[in-house]
Amino acid sequence: MADTGKLLFTKTHEWLRIEGNVGYVGISDHAQKEITDVVFVELPKIGREVAKEGEAAVVESVKAAFSIYAPVSGKIVKANGAVEKDPSIVNKSPYDDGWFFAIEMKDAKEADTLMSFKDYEEFIKSGAH
Amino acid sequence: MLKVEKLIFEIGSAGRKGYSLPKLDVPDADMKELIPEDLLRKSEAALPEVSELDCVRHFTRLSQLNYSVDTNFYPLGSCTMKYNPKINEKMASLPQFADLHPYQPESSVQGMLELLYETEQMLCKICGMDAFTLQPAAGAHGELTGMLIVRAYHTSKGNPRKKVIIPDSAHGTNPASAALCGYEVVAVKSDRNGRIDLDALKAVVDGETAVMMLTNPSTLGLFEKNVRQIADIVHKAGALLYLDGANMNALVGIARPGDMGFDICHVNLHKSFSTPHGGGGPGSGPVGVTAALSDYLPVPRVKIKRNRFILDAESKKSVGRVRAFYGNTGVIIKAYCYMKSLGGDGLKDATIEAVLNANYLKARLKGHYALAVDDEPCMHEFVLTGKDKKDFGVKTLDIAKRLLDYGFYAPTIYFPLIVEEAIMIEPTETESKDTLDSFVETMIKVANEARSEPGLLTSAPHSTPVRRLDEVLAARELNLRWKRPGA
Repeated sequence: MADTGKLLFTKTHEWLRIEGNVGYVGISDHAQKEITDVVFVELPKIGREVAKEGEAAVVESVKAAFSIYAPVSGKIVKANGAVEKDPSIVNKSPYDDGWFFAIEMKDAKEADTLMSFKDYEEFIKSGAH
Repeated sequence: MLKVEKLIFEIGSAGRKGYSLPKLDVPDADMKELIPEDLLRKSEAALPEVSELDCVRHFTRLSQLNYSVDTNFYPLGSCTMKYNPKINEKMASLPQFADLHPYQPESSVQGMLELLYETEQMLCKICGMDAFTLQPAAGAHGELTGMLIVRAYHTSKGNPRKKVIIPDSAHGTNPASAALCGYEVVAVKSDRNGRIDLDALKAVVDGETAVMMLTNPSTLGLFEKNVRQIADIVHKAGALLYLDGANMNALVGIARPGDMGFDICHVNLHKSFSTPHGGGGPGSGPVGVTAALSDYLPVPRVKIKRNRFILDAESKKSVGRVRAFYGNTGVIIKAYCYMKSLGGDGLKDATIEAVLNANYLKARLKGHYALAVDDEPCMHEFVLTGKDKKDFGVKTLDIAKRLLDYGFYAPTIYFPLIVEEAIMIEPTETESKDTLDSFVETMIKVANEARSEPGLLTSAPHSTPVRRLDEVLAARELNLRWKRPGA
């Protein structure tokens, strides 16, 4: 399992892993448990510009459809076709194989507003989500 | 116990027929002489091969598997599954209505046009609106029509604007309708009781806001007390206010959207006005507007000219047709019949009873299930949360499945999205106290089972023709085609 210490989290349950000027995005283990078995994933097109907190992808479970928001602004440079083909990867491996897309970040400072894993766990416990 | 019925293709046997044709009374001919060979089938069509009795039994058994409001209680929140009076069906099937053709000349359909005109008038009175269109064929279609009107209105003022504001508690159709009309959807947060947070609203409304779509009572079943302030904030920015009328069953005869400051609203005849719903549809989602917007309504519109009813398609500002002919007229006849049968006082009484029934259920259930919001009087429906039952390893889905074993249709679950493990219950006014009590006792039984025997819930249902279905597999590997074995 990935080192969650290297991940940054949003209040909308996405995580961001920064590698150079590229940020990989997925959803938290808590989020995948809450939405239950994922049955469909719609990824953004490569080259699309996304704004911080703007809708970038859609994930569907038997319960409902949920939007995945971009944790930072930038251009989509990669999309993980594997989760489109087999959405169950999102449930099985939310922090590793289950990533959704990667963003070429416009402004790395935007990531400063995100939470550490520890803060995110506190945030979930507080029930403020 | 009712069993699963095989497909009609799986019963019968090769060569069995349910008909006998008379002797040929024209010269026989080879099919190849009549139809070019390349257009002829190479193999026999795979039609069912059954006798008349096989066929009658098959469809009778299928009909007995139906669960409907005519057989049992249907507390599906946000759907208003009230009884559909049989007099409605009788009126709609009168040959004078049923045999009409939409291309008949106006002069020969004056009665039908009068009925459409009067239905519009009644809906105007109920909603406090100035004009109505009966064309939209469902609620979401009404929303789309509303958004088209919004766009046409703003475009005529020089700027179609960009944004539609929608609360995070809204029906999913709201953002879908706005997006389909080319608008960007901006979500506005609700407070702890699912009401609009006025400060959050002020922060998102600006000169590019085209309309706000609001459901009142909200999907949490509570009246939006600040609706006038919301209307002021929206109107001050030059934007419009749209009512998603899914919850009109709490308002009819008591409060009018027009008086609350709404500019446009849709109503669901198949919810609030007792016409059949779901598989028994089709639906009908008339849209009402204030006088300032009436020219934008779809055409043709029923009008009176020289004491005759006419279909008028004159308006240059109209968004155009949104449905072939004049909407689902059969449904409109049933709603007209409902409104006329109950009358103004009757409709008001129905609303009061609907609210009373919901509050009765809420009061009796709140000790056994947690309420999703603070304990205040609800409108026609209310929302529970199954989150405390998670401690026993039981989810809301399991509670819903277990209710099926006791012969009840399950409430709406996992909606609204802002409530964890939501259970949304709407009894409607047409249920007796006996039915409500029997539902309460069953819900309590299920709550107790969740604690003492959770396995009963997680493996439910046990007594239905089919057991728990693998919804995940069905969604991931959707297969809608049946193939004859060996084909």
